[in-house]
Amino acid sequence: MANVAAGQVEVDAALPRARTAHPIRHLVIVRVAYGLLTLVLVSVIVFAATQVLPGNAAYAVLGHTATPASLHALEDELGLNQSPVTQYWHWVTGVLHGDFGTSLVAGGSGLGGGGAAKQSVSSLVGPRLVNSGFLVLLAGIVSTLVGVALGLWAALRRDKFSDHVLSVGLLSVAALPEFVVGILLVLLFASLVFHILPGVSVLGPSQRPWDHLNLLVLPVATLTLVTVPYTFRMVRAATIEALESEYVEMARLKGLSERRVLLRHALPNAVAPTIQVIGLNFLYLAGGIVVVEFVFAYPGIGQGLVNAVSDRDIPTIQFIVLVLAAFYVAMNILTDVIALAASPRRRFAR
Amino acid sequence: MTTVDPALAAGAYRVRRHEWLHVFRSAVRTRRGMIGLALTLFVVAVAVVGPFVQPHSSTEFITAPFAKPSAQAKLGGDVLGRDVLSRTLEGGWKLLLMAVAATALGIALGAVAGVSAAYLRGRSDAAIMRTVDVFLAFPQIVFALLLVSIIGPKAWLLVVAVGLSHAPQVARVLRATALEVSERDFVKAVEITGVKRNEVMRKEILPNLITPLMVESGLRLTYSIIIIAGLSFIGFGIQPPGANWGLMINENRIGLTQNYWAVVAPAALIALLTVGVNTLTDAIARVALGVERAEVVMATEAVTAADVTA
Repeated sequence: MANVAAGQVEVDAALPRARTAHPIRHLVIVRVAYGLLTLVLVSVIVFAATQVLPGNAAYAVLGHTATPASLHALEDELGLNQSPVTQYWHWVTGVLHGDFGTSLVAGGSGLGGGGAAKQSVSSLVGPRLVNSGFLVLLAGIVSTLVGVALGLWAALRRDKFSDHVLSVGLLSVAALPEFVVGILLVLLFASLVFHILPGVSVLGPSQRPWDHLNLLVLPVATLTLVTVPYTFRMVRAATIEALESEYVEMARLKGLSERRVLLRHALPNAVAPTIQVIGLNFLYLAGGIVVVEFVFAYPGIGQGLVNAVSDRDIPTIQFIVLVLAAFYVAMNILTDVIALAASPRRRFAR
Repeated sequence: MTTVDPALAAGAYRVRRHEWLHVFRSAVRTRRGMIGLALTLFVVAVAVVGPFVQPHSSTEFITAPFAKPSAQAKLGGDVLGRDVLSRTLEGGWKLLLMAVAATALGIALGAVAGVSAAYLRGRSDAAIMRTVDVFLAFPQIVFALLLVSIIGPKAWLLVVAVGLSHAPQVARVLRATALEVSERDFVKAVEITGVKRNEVMRKEILPNLITPLMVESGLRLTYSIIIIAGLSFIGFGIQPPGANWGLMINENRIGLTQNYWAVVAPAALIALLTVGVNTLTDAIARVALGVERAEVVMATEAVTAADVTA
């Protein structure tokens, strides 16, 4: 029988006990250290890519119409005539103090307000971060609940008609691009067929998404649809494997009720692989918001990134990319640690 | 693993040269494989033949904006009054070509990095895998956007950006599978005869990774299509005025209620393509890895050490 948890080898029996008495604490420390190192390297890449590599950021911002004088002024402002190392150091110390620089676009990218004064990146991106965080959290929770429920349901009806329909249907949905799903939902619920939900999710600068949940229905539904199939497949596969295992057969032979067999013996062993796939889904959501927020004009960091790229607003691009990378790294650590803590078998790091 | 082709399992080391063909044929004979291949071929046919049979130029203004379908424009007009049918027929081949090129680049780079890391071990392994970890910290579309923000939306850059963004994932997967293979006796035996390390990797290890590679390529191809079409949709992909399916969906969605064909036709073709490729990949995974592993591989979108031909 194939081992469900990907990449996991049953090393418990073969290895002596870990050197430390707290394998989980040890793992957390090692992973966090690695994560921080990764983030430092990510910041170097982001910085190098946007500021040092191709010619000159000032030219990228001003474009073909730049005069030598205006180029020079912006170069001074961005500190481009200093050495790359000095520039990087300046940027990183700023970031560590919570100063992410000044947006290069008057009034900021997108919906930051109409003022011509230059705004700090953090004050512009901050509200977007809250909006995106809420969207990702809501979509992640809905998707997890739906995926786990459907996966269990299909596993218990294995190879029946309803299982096949669900499996094949979700296999197809999994392959659809987010923007195709989003457009189809708009077509179905916000324009052509029914007209019951808002097709765009525009929020004013002072509006909070949790006060306007009706605006979030379609974006959340889109993100849910594209992530549910993965949770579904993993929960289904892990539950089926557990139900066929010898320990479940043993529990049945002891005469336990089917309900108790499922809840106490089968499901705990399906938890770790499920957490792994939920973690993957959250990572996917971090990239998925870029396109989905654009589809629904939802003012989050995904849309902010798209706007910043069109405006060549480099400090904003740097900040948003760094935030997303930090989320990735943190999510990976979190998933590993929770999966480890949740699994009876998986007490050792790789 | 009940559904592995017996011919495959028996002669895994010897039928190398045609192993992928065996797997492919067996996969296409299953119902999923047949449907997946049919959908894929249909869209490929539209994209490839389309430019030769399009009734109008894709940039010619032949009707009113968002005009309903008529005898002259069978699928109506788009946002500027151009022929939706012609633009749909023309708008696929570039997307397909770029997706295939990006996938090939990502698989090649990832395979070289992953197999080298697994076989060379030690410092090369550590260096390669740390680099991989760093690049895995970017969502793929964000990495592509980062490059586009610097150099601008050029076709070659999109291919390179998407290919590069696949490489770390492929490298990680292939390292895990190659580690398993490089421990086997026949590799040790060849090493004793003094064959160069490059050749051991290329001629002994890589051929045994063909089935996981096929599955991984299918997964990556689906992703390439999604990312490149998505980038075109948000305006940073293939540039106007030429037609492409991603861009068409975005520029015509304001006229959804007037002429929905301008959105539905390109959206349906992208959907059929990604669903087709993914269903075919699923069928290949089921044949090559067995149904149970296939479920996990498709759920996590990654093959692992457990998926090397045993």
